[in-house]
Amino acid sequence: MSLITENLVVLNLDSADRHAATRVLAQALAGEGRVTDLDGFLADVRKREEQMPTGLPGGIGIPHARSAYVTEPSLAFGRAPAGIDWGAEDGPATLIFLIAAPEGGGDDHLKILAALARRLMRTEFREALLNAPDATTVVDVVTREVVNP
Amino acid sequence: MKFVGVTSCPTGIAHTYMAAEGLEQAAKAAGHTIEVETQGSAGFDSLSPESIAAADAVIFAVGVPVRERARFTGKPLIEADVKKAISDGPGLIAQAVAAVEEAAANPAAAQTGPPAPATGGLSTKVDNQASVGVRIRQWLMTGVSYMIPFVAAGGILIALGFMVAQLAGGKNGAIVVTKQYSLTGPPVPNPTHIINIVTDFNPADGMQWAALLFLIGGASFGFLVPILSGFIAFAIADRPGLAPGIVGGFIAFTIGTGFLGGIATGFIGGFVALWISHWKVPKGVRGIMPVVVIPLLSVLITGAILILVLGRPLKALTDGLASWLHGLSGANLILLGVILGLMMAFDMGGPVNKVAYTFATTGLAAAATATGSTNLKVMAAVMAAGMTPPLGLALATTIRSHLFSEAERENGKAAWLLGASFITEGAIPFAAADPLRVIPSCMLGSGVTGGLVMLFGNTLRAPHGGIWVTPLIGSPLLYLLAIAIGTVITAAAVIALKAAGPGPAKTELDAAGLAEVVV
Repeated sequence: MSLITENLVVLNLDSADRHAATRVLAQALAGEGRVTDLDGFLADVRKREEQMPTGLPGGIGIPHARSAYVTEPSLAFGRAPAGIDWGAEDGPATLIFLIAAPEGGGDDHLKILAALARRLMRTEFREALLNAPDATTVVDVVTREVVNP
Repeated sequence: MKFVGVTSCPTGIAHTYMAAEGLEQAAKAAGHTIEVETQGSAGFDSLSPESIAAADAVIFAVGVPVRERARFTGKPLIEADVKKAISDGPGLIAQAVAAVEEAAANPAAAQTGPPAPATGGLSTKVDNQASVGVRIRQWLMTGVSYMIPFVAAGGILIALGFMVAQLAGGKNGAIVVTKQYSLTGPPVPNPTHIINIVTDFNPADGMQWAALLFLIGGASFGFLVPILSGFIAFAIADRPGLAPGIVGGFIAFTIGTGFLGGIATGFIGGFVALWISHWKVPKGVRGIMPVVVIPLLSVLITGAILILVLGRPLKALTDGLASWLHGLSGANLILLGVILGLMMAFDMGGPVNKVAYTFATTGLAAAATATGSTNLKVMAAVMAAGMTPPLGLALATTIRSHLFSEAERENGKAAWLLGASFITEGAIPFAAADPLRVIPSCMLGSGVTGGLVMLFGNTLRAPHGGIWVTPLIGSPLLYLLAIAIGTVITAAAVIALKAAGPGPAKTELDAAGLAEVVV
């Protein structure tokens, strides 16, 4: 099972706001067949985002949802060199992780997402993603760190 | 220093784990150790009781309430939003260190109650992230799962008591056993025929063995409502819920509200305890919260609500129903049978059931002096209608077992014997777990049976006993036919409603939860 593929990496995300950026990443998931209903999924993500924006210090945003429209645990990754306001106090986000979890989902699947969440707290992991020259490198970093640590 | 922590968040897939990582990194950097329980959606590995016992302080970095919070009672506690652990793990660790030092300097103020439970402890299967509907069901199921052993033990002992009484005392044995034995001294003024089997037990007398079984079974039944109520409250509020839940349930039992009253006190007690335990109190008071303040206030409030608010309407309801029933006595007997049947199944031992049962037994007492065959028919209808709920549910669990949880299927086996012995309580575990589907199904079957008994003109001279008093029933074969028809109707209705109801996934969840709690 692959958490992320090259088609799920957007290195030049230049959307106007976090909702537009989320849509771009969600479209990538839908294009890969990992999200069956784009608008349904976006509504689920938005519901979570409205409880409390998911921007975090250090320039990252982690929009996420458990949704019935997700077929397998997936990560869509976006890099926004200009930054997009994600509600964090210390400024806009440059690394965006859209995390999609299926509604049911066995423990094994969810454990991969848990491992991903833990890696997001590691400076080396963030820097590797920030400096990755291309989508293949991003996929390699995530796979090496999260899927097959 | 050693710390333990709990992290949680609404979705349970991202912040929970990031916060855990944040705390672990910060603790390591500051030269401490921390073990974090991530209450997310990838299951959760509980902290071992040893880890909690060894910890100097506890850090909660949470977005939804901590599950089984009472495990951490007695430890210095730092509580913060989950995001705080992500953005400022070192700050939380520093706060925890300060709290430990303060507790060491001033133990009296910081000591926050009894030590955490040594091992395992009681468990619930409540998922704090589930929808309200699912959580209500999980609260009920927790209460039911702890109640089932009391139903099974009590019900089977009472049924065995009837059987032995039938063998030892002949055809009136099942009546005598309910009336002439007691565990306390004879009441004053002393009706001399009451035998105290604590002081005067005679092993040679079969009836006394029957009475022993019957009285122990009765004692077990006395716990049905308190335990149901107590563990519903426990599921809602964790350990602080137990005292108000159990005491409220006992009062509900004492004033005759039946299991529906117990469900009410479970919810009241649970939410009152939860509310009080979330009060922000000064540090000096915090130490006595779990041992004095929460139990004192929650028990008082729950008991007072029940007695002062619910007590009077309940009395008015039972009085009103009773006089309404007496008014119906002259009317159509079949209609009366249907109504009595509906009442018997409505709350299974609660006020409505009691009104119908008392109506019948009072009639029986009158019939002893007069030739009131109508009164004997009423008694027959009431008993038959009280037998079909457990029988119908037993049948349903037998022919469509997948619609029921593991514990319900086990309970279904005992329900055959309980139903046959006119122990309507055998249906309570089913009804308490899923009242909206089970109660109407039981009422349907009991109503039909009550009407049929009147139609067939069966009579009964015993107030209790089920099939063990068959020799006292007029036209017993038709009587059994009426019971069989009601049983099949209840089973069919339950199956139809449950099959149309929750999806298999949910039933599965409940089954797993119950198996874990009960086994």
